[in-house]
Amino acid sequence: MSGGVQFPVRVAEIEAVSPAVKRLRLERHDGPSLPPYSAGSHTVLTLEARTLEGGTRRIRNAYSLLGTTLGGGPAYEIAVLRSPQSRGGSVFIHDQLAIGATLSMSAPVNLFPLHRTARRHVLVAGGIGITPIAAMARELAAAGQPFELHYAMRDEASGAFAAELAALYGPAMRLYVSQRQERIAVRDILAHQPVGTHLYVCGPERMIDGILGDARIAGWPDSALHAERFLAPEGGEPFAVKLARSGIATLVGEHQTLLEAIEAAGVDAPYLCRGGACGQCETPIVSADGTLLHADHFLTDDQKACGKTIMTCVSRLRGRELVLDL
Amino acid sequence: MKPSTIKSRPLYGTLAPVPQATQHIAIVEGEGALALADAFAGHEALRRTIILFSPIAHRADHDQTAVLTSLSCEALHLASNVQELLGTLVTILSTATMGTRLYVSGSEDFIGRVTSEALRQGIEMDAIQTEHRGAPTRRVQCVHCKGFIDGVSASPALCPHCGLHLLVRDHYSRRLGAFMGVSIDAESPGDLPPPEAFGA
Amino acid sequence: MTLSFHAETFRDDYTFANSPAAIRAFPFPFDRDAYMYTVNIEQHVPGPVQSATEFPIHIDEHYVAEMRDRAITLAEDPLRCQSLPHMMTAEWDLLELLMTSMATHYPAHFTLSRDGDRWHWINRPMDVDQTFTFGDVSTLPQGPMEYVTRQCQGDFCLLDQREDNLWMDAGMVTSQADWSLDFDLGMNFMEWHAPVPLAHDLGVFERALKFLLNLQHGCPVRRLNWTMTINPRLDTSPENYHRWGIDKASVTPENVGDKVHLRVELQALWRLPRSNAIVFSIRGYLIKMDELVTQKKWARRFHRVLASLPQPIADYKGLGRFRDTTVAWLSRHDDGLPTSPGFAPD
Repeated sequence: MSGGVQFPVRVAEIEAVSPAVKRLRLERHDGPSLPPYSAGSHTVLTLEARTLEGGTRRIRNAYSLLGTTLGGGPAYEIAVLRSPQSRGGSVFIHDQLAIGATLSMSAPVNLFPLHRTARRHVLVAGGIGITPIAAMARELAAAGQPFELHYAMRDEASGAFAAELAALYGPAMRLYVSQRQERIAVRDILAHQPVGTHLYVCGPERMIDGILGDARIAGWPDSALHAERFLAPEGGEPFAVKLARSGIATLVGEHQTLLEAIEAAGVDAPYLCRGGACGQCETPIVSADGTLLHADHFLTDDQKACGKTIMTCVSRLRGRELVLDL
Repeated sequence: MKPSTIKSRPLYGTLAPVPQATQHIAIVEGEGALALADAFAGHEALRRTIILFSPIAHRADHDQTAVLTSLSCEALHLASNVQELLGTLVTILSTATMGTRLYVSGSEDFIGRVTSEALRQGIEMDAIQTEHRGAPTRRVQCVHCKGFIDGVSASPALCPHCGLHLLVRDHYSRRLGAFMGVSIDAESPGDLPPPEAFGA
Repeated sequence: MTLSFHAETFRDDYTFANSPAAIRAFPFPFDRDAYMYTVNIEQHVPGPVQSATEFPIHIDEHYVAEMRDRAITLAEDPLRCQSLPHMMTAEWDLLELLMTSMATHYPAHFTLSRDGDRWHWINRPMDVDQTFTFGDVSTLPQGPMEYVTRQCQGDFCLLDQREDNLWMDAGMVTSQADWSLDFDLGMNFMEWHAPVPLAHDLGVFERALKFLLNLQHGCPVRRLNWTMTINPRLDTSPENYHRWGIDKASVTPENVGDKVHLRVELQALWRLPRSNAIVFSIRGYLIKMDELVTQKKWARRFHRVLASLPQPIADYKGLGRFRDTTVAWLSRHDDGLPTSPGFAPD
């Protein structure tokens, strides 16, 4: 299918690692073991969430894989932040998903890999952005590669995995708690890094933009700067979508993505990251009665302006009807 | 210069100081000194600029040395040959930090050697600017004996290491800093077209 | 499946030949009577029984002789196998892919036992029995890529993925169609394809790269490529071109059937799990014209493809000196009848 290899898994453990973050252990239940993966990889979970009306709604969300299961084997682990503003995936996981539940999980995909020719790695995480960053630290530590880890959080309680990371990496790890007025001294960190250092940032959009901006001001070349800009797709006004090739017409609901609406109509459309990063779901537009709301990080500004294609995983239409060549 | 149709051939630009850089290192040879002067003269970046200069041996590049001296940069190193210049570059880069930008100008073979050494020292490709000045000579690696030939001005060229006549392909390796030379008369020995000089 | 391996050579006296079964299994690369570049990538899923694509890694009757020829080439020129320092994880990924595939599909010849990191590999045709620790280079006689590719047919390149590009940072390349790993090592996807004519302007490489950057673990892909070689020589490298180039001038109307070979590469690409690298395998097949024309459809079609090939492609593939002679020879095997669709012989 479009999302690649799928593994049937069962929820084996659920642990609250902070008031708002749960760690899930997902065991494959059809026999063979799960493949190893590289730090920075994510998986896409397919969730059948119950709706208020008593039906089910299929949600597919991408989650970074934790460093604890890098070697593959019986299970993978993820960490999920409860975000009430989201379209329901994380709330479903926090409030409804129980041990023993079965789900479908995609094979790992890495859109935020370590740069293997780098001589040193500076890892920066904000909040739940720690999940891929901690996996990177684990892989680098195992390989004996030099790195430093900076982890910013609102308050001590909200910093998932902070204590165990501090124990693992000691002086290579620094915590910043904003409630205690601690801020990452980005410029100091960047100023003295030797040639060959690469910078990785995962966290809120504003934090990413701020840190990468500081790096550019400090003269760092773009090729040494990396960020995971996964977007949790947002809802919006409903609009109609027509698929020109298959003749299917359907409605994109306010809490639904364009891709989810296409899938709900029974079409196996292409996707990989479901976060506007990889380009796999780029779909040609036949016509658009309204304004395209491009939300991805894949198309260039020029491509967005000319409106020939749309990334169905995060972008939508403000208007009446979108016709796609699908 | 006509843009190359060969995708591995480097494209050279025009030097321009990157304002955000914390350290500028300019590595120039012969007429490359003038490209540097054109870009940096009077620029505040000179206070953070180290210049490494290799005059071309058979010419007296006094004027160019004088031009560079007049720039009043942070430091000026004069090297008597490219090998010595690369040694100085490696020493400087061993303690350089990520805000460092490189500016390379001179003949095509000089740019190739400097770029390849800088990449080996961990400098990113997009932290290096290049500008071609001077002779359109190329550095060639003989694919048969693996020997390097500096200052090649035409194709075919004789490999001084193994004696084969080489067609200089428009196929370039940044890692080796060289174009590929491959036997031109393997299919009909002795059948050699007249050498054609490289254009700029 | 139990194979019987030929004692044959790919140099000096050139005793290489295909059995009738190997001829029928030959991955003939033309499904129509003309050729042009396309992004002809398809899923690398199992093909028909006893075809080149029956299994992900294809071992055939030439296995032992090809491995012997590789060892000779490496002894003369160790630079045919190289790996940049950051590719070690990808090397182990490759070793796992090849050993598990060979042991699963050819259990009569290869056995792999895994007990955690303790691995035991048995290669009966090459008389190898090796116990080693997965991930520990010191427990193998060579690096993992060199070790396993000295025991697996085909050339292999390991491509690192960074900066939205693929970089050829390791490989074992001893049977290539006139390109040099030593020269191309460290190049990105656009750079190492630089010498290929026409395709850049068609946007073939941009599309192929975009596709490959999203290649997923568990979903390998493949394509066919082809050229022609005089004599069944595996080592048609640029390094030795001054030795084999002269062979191109040796084709006469009398010896076309024996000397001129169609050389087909079954290229496959896999995403590797631990390293996120891609392995690019180039599995070569040779068939001499005498063998090819035993299949009437292939004789007709190859004659038409070769006669109508655009000149820049013929030049790039280095066919100039023998194309006309070969077309004339093949014309005797083309009665002008239409050919059936698809690649397979009738």
